Amino acid sequence: MTVTGVPADGRIGTPLLRKEDPPLLTGEARFVEDLVVPGALHAAVLRSPHANARIRSLDISGALASPGVVAAFTGADLREEWAQPLPCAWPVTADIKIPEHLPLAVEHVSYGGDAVAVVVGESREAAVDALDAVVVDYEPLPAVVDLQEALTDRVVVHESLGSNRCYTWSLIPDPAAVDSAFAEAAHVVKERYVQQRLIPNAMETRGVCVVPQPFGGDYTIYSATQIPHILKVMLGIVTGIPEQKLRVVAPWVGGGFGSKLNVYAEEALCLALARRLKRPVRWTEERIENAQATIQGRGMIQEIELAADRDGRVRAVRVNLLADMGAYLQLVTPGIPLLGAFLYHGVYDIPAYAFTCTGVFTTKTPTDAYRGTGRPEATYAIERAMDALARQLGLDPAEVRRRNFVATEKFPYSSAAGLVFDSGDYGPALDQALELAAYEATRKEQQDRRNAGANKRIGIGLSCYVEMCGLAPSRVLASLNYSAGGWEAATVRLMATGKVQVVTGSTPHGQGHETCWSQIVADRLGVDPDDVDVVSGDTALSPAGMDTYGSRSLSVGGVAVWQATEKVIAKARAIAAHQMEASEEDLELVGGSFQVKGTPSRSMAIQAVAFEAFTAHNLPDGMEPGLEAQVTYDPPNFTFPFGTHVAVVEVDSETGDVDLVRYVAVDDCGNQVNPMIVEGQVHGGVVQGIAQALYEEAVYDQDGNLRTSTLTDYLVPSAAEVPSFTLGHTVTPSPTNPMGVKGVGEAGTIASTPAVMNAVLDALAPLGVTALDMPASPQRVWEAMERAKKAAEREER
Amino acid sequence: MIPASFDYQRAASAEEAVSMLREHGEEAKLLAGGHSLLPLMKLRLATPSVVIDVGRIRELSYVRDGGDQVSIGALTRHRDVETSELLQREVPILAHVAGLVGDPQVRHRGTIGGSLAHGDPASDLPAVVLALGGTLVVQGPGGRRDIPATEFFQGFLETALAPEEMLVEIRVPKARGGWSYQKFNRRAIDWAIVGVAAVRNGTTGVALVNMGPVPLRASAVEQALAGGASAADAAALAAEGTDPSADLNASVEYRQHLARVLVRRALEEAGA
Repeated sequence: MTVTGVPADGRIGTPLLRKEDPPLLTGEARFVEDLVVPGALHAAVLRSPHANARIRSLDISGALASPGVVAAFTGADLREEWAQPLPCAWPVTADIKIPEHLPLAVEHVSYGGDAVAVVVGESREAAVDALDAVVVDYEPLPAVVDLQEALTDRVVVHESLGSNRCYTWSLIPDPAAVDSAFAEAAHVVKERYVQQRLIPNAMETRGVCVVPQPFGGDYTIYSATQIPHILKVMLGIVTGIPEQKLRVVAPWVGGGFGSKLNVYAEEALCLALARRLKRPVRWTEERIENAQATIQGRGMIQEIELAADRDGRVRAVRVNLLADMGAYLQLVTPGIPLLGAFLYHGVYDIPAYAFTCTGVFTTKTPTDAYRGTGRPEATYAIERAMDALARQLGLDPAEVRRRNFVATEKFPYSSAAGLVFDSGDYGPALDQALELAAYEATRKEQQDRRNAGANKRIGIGLSCYVEMCGLAPSRVLASLNYSAGGWEAATVRLMATGKVQVVTGSTPHGQGHETCWSQIVADRLGVDPDDVDVVSGDTALSPAGMDTYGSRSLSVGGVAVWQATEKVIAKARAIAAHQMEASEEDLELVGGSFQVKGTPSRSMAIQAVAFEAFTAHNLPDGMEPGLEAQVTYDPPNFTFPFGTHVAVVEVDSETGDVDLVRYVAVDDCGNQVNPMIVEGQVHGGVVQGIAQALYEEAVYDQDGNLRTSTLTDYLVPSAAEVPSFTLGHTVTPSPTNPMGVKGVGEAGTIASTPAVMNAVLDALAPLGVTALDMPASPQRVWEAMERAKKAAEREER
Repeated sequence: MIPASFDYQRAASAEEAVSMLREHGEEAKLLAGGHSLLPLMKLRLATPSVVIDVGRIRELSYVRDGGDQVSIGALTRHRDVETSELLQREVPILAHVAGLVGDPQVRHRGTIGGSLAHGDPASDLPAVVLALGGTLVVQGPGGRRDIPATEFFQGFLETALAPEEMLVEIRVPKARGGWSYQKFNRRAIDWAIVGVAAVRNGTTGVALVNMGPVPLRASAVEQALAGGASAADAAALAAEGTDPSADLNASVEYRQHLARVLVRRALEEAGA
């Protein structure tokens, strides 16, 4: 295959074309659904059409009699298969309420999509057709949709828990400081925002195929998952099968955005059915099931208050959240708000801090991690509130932000919320973004159009963000009551022929790990990146790992690869020194060869060293053969990427239509390994954040029915809906890790939603519109304008 | 997303398709580009026991100059309508709007006949053919008959086609005067929330997308224009005689508002 592009030698910092792309573009990449498994049975899941109902009776005899059906089971039939319910690994408080969550519901369903029966057939069609023959008699109960209504407990989702209040978690280091800041404030801003639920919509829906091995009593579980390592542990716990009998393989995985960071009913079901039926069992999720039965993101009501002095310096921030858990707690559901809990002060030096979150059960699909996970919500709240403050003060939003930035000389900065921000330099990113957006000229055009009474009004929105990546220092996770560590493992191995094998515990699902890990190794060792092979996503080949989420791969997993490579180099240096009869201190590794400093003619290629390590004919006394190193890296701190995004919109003041006409993103993710992959992550992330601002919403009616379960009704935007983006960067290396990297997988999503909404409100403010929920659909904008118009008319009267 | 099982038959000609329709009656559905029928079947909202594939009847894929009108074979793909030089020159609104249907993949599979025979009030092409005052030619067991577009759309997804009839040709008058198509939607691939087709061809024809259970002529607007009203005054009547439904994108009131705004813009652009 011939590819043309920017010439790149593959070293760190060069835009090497992705090694992943040829198999993806030619269709050679194999996803779970593509795996040919002779003799596999197909499972189909019957789901509740009711949000809340008791199951009076359930008759599967019709399904059992359907052609091609091998077996069918109810929740009661499979009850004994489960050693434990499906897991929640993040019980955030000691008194948290956790409902029992079984792979198939027994007696009671708690959301539309809750699984009640499974049919297993010789073909997928046979299994799906037979679902129609299952007879369920439901006694429908009232749905619990609204969060505030849920808190009244008029209808309790799980009667055994007694309440819909799942937990309340607070972070108020100095309550008196918060109170006095509000008491003394010259300006107080109080805002309420709704984070609508979002459906992650990975391009590949979920899928699982469990194959009992013909010898040894082991099971291989192929799953479209982000977390094969965690899944292996959890499926062992749920089914009671010893962990060492399970092998989980994540083959090519078509995206996740957090939705595949979970342990799902169907994964446990296929494993239990394979155990019971002694045959391979597979299941592929349909798109409508993906909307109903894969986790959703966001789902919060946010109240944020700022206390500011006369000059607009913010002295305190106080936040109250209601977080929609949905019907059950999935793997990390309760912890999602906590991942933003420390970031509601944004990039601003705010000395007093109060955060409280209450998790609430509803009769809706469970929520969990979705791209950004807590940080987009935090950034949205503080950035919209800063715009509200600017309007109240009559100041330019850029000026208000500048006055409140954490000063560069304050880093490392200890925040009032208790984090230590290792680095930051916020002003230059804002300056660059404003320049790229032609801020002053656009402001002038905005005013000209207002003066002329033009129909299409311009709005400019800023978003200055900081996030935390590199999940996570294990001790910090312990303090948050999370049930696992945050380390990552890597092995770097030079083989006899001089080729390099990297084994990583960080499991890709589209990011470009293979390319970046190859670049790290190639850069350090001086080898060709094509000579580096990366093994991942298979717990038999890569036994230790914590997988991929939270923009952790590079700043934890990549650093592990870097450190393992450094260890390999140290051993290689000792071998080379021995062979060359030189002292180690006199050797330098240049272009893939150890050279005696000052005498470049005396050299030994790294590949030759690898061969010596393999033959072990002539190694230093006491040295083990082989040239490989394994590292498990536990990061000492998070990393803190930041930046400024600017959105420019045109709002049609007759129809309410919002047209995003310009978008500028200036991001600081520290040192970049592959700038092309960084750009790709920013592009995709920005579109996903724009989607929340303007297009996407999981809409439930009052009976708890999901009304946006197809891609006709759930509006995922495409390239046609967005302008060409203007990207810029500043580079402030993280001092937390030796590579100076931070992470960039979620930055675009975190920054773009408030930038776009601030732009829409900036356009609408002169019309009297100050509040607007997402998505800013044409009808919603039109109605807001109409309301403002009527309010103005009333005032005139 | 797996359809119920069905029998598949392929017709080599319109005559054969009609005789297959006679044989299977209401149990049968014609399959052209598949972009309306197949999604309904996958959702099991349509469960025909027989699918008669007419998509390969090449003789019904054409755009021909018929003097003062242009004849288009029912199985002409949207992409071929969009790129037809004859249509671009003689009926530019039709070529333009064919290029707004769905996305490139849809336009390379979907057909003009399939779109019209499906009769979806949210589709673009029915309104354009209505505004143009086109004619639909259908073939039945007894031969061909012509149906004016104004009489073709009879109810939600219901047309004047008898169960044993097949749409074979669409005829539209040449219309080189001013025209406009206003498609208001949230994403490029979506159906119009509201759409307006306006064509000046002697008189001004105005038709509405998604303003009722069927594609509609904006009769009140047309009459006002014929009576000498200004574009703005005529457009104020755009919601008269409409019966829009509410959905996730738009309330009834918002649709009516959009119709008035978009008709005014369409008339202004068309120079009416």
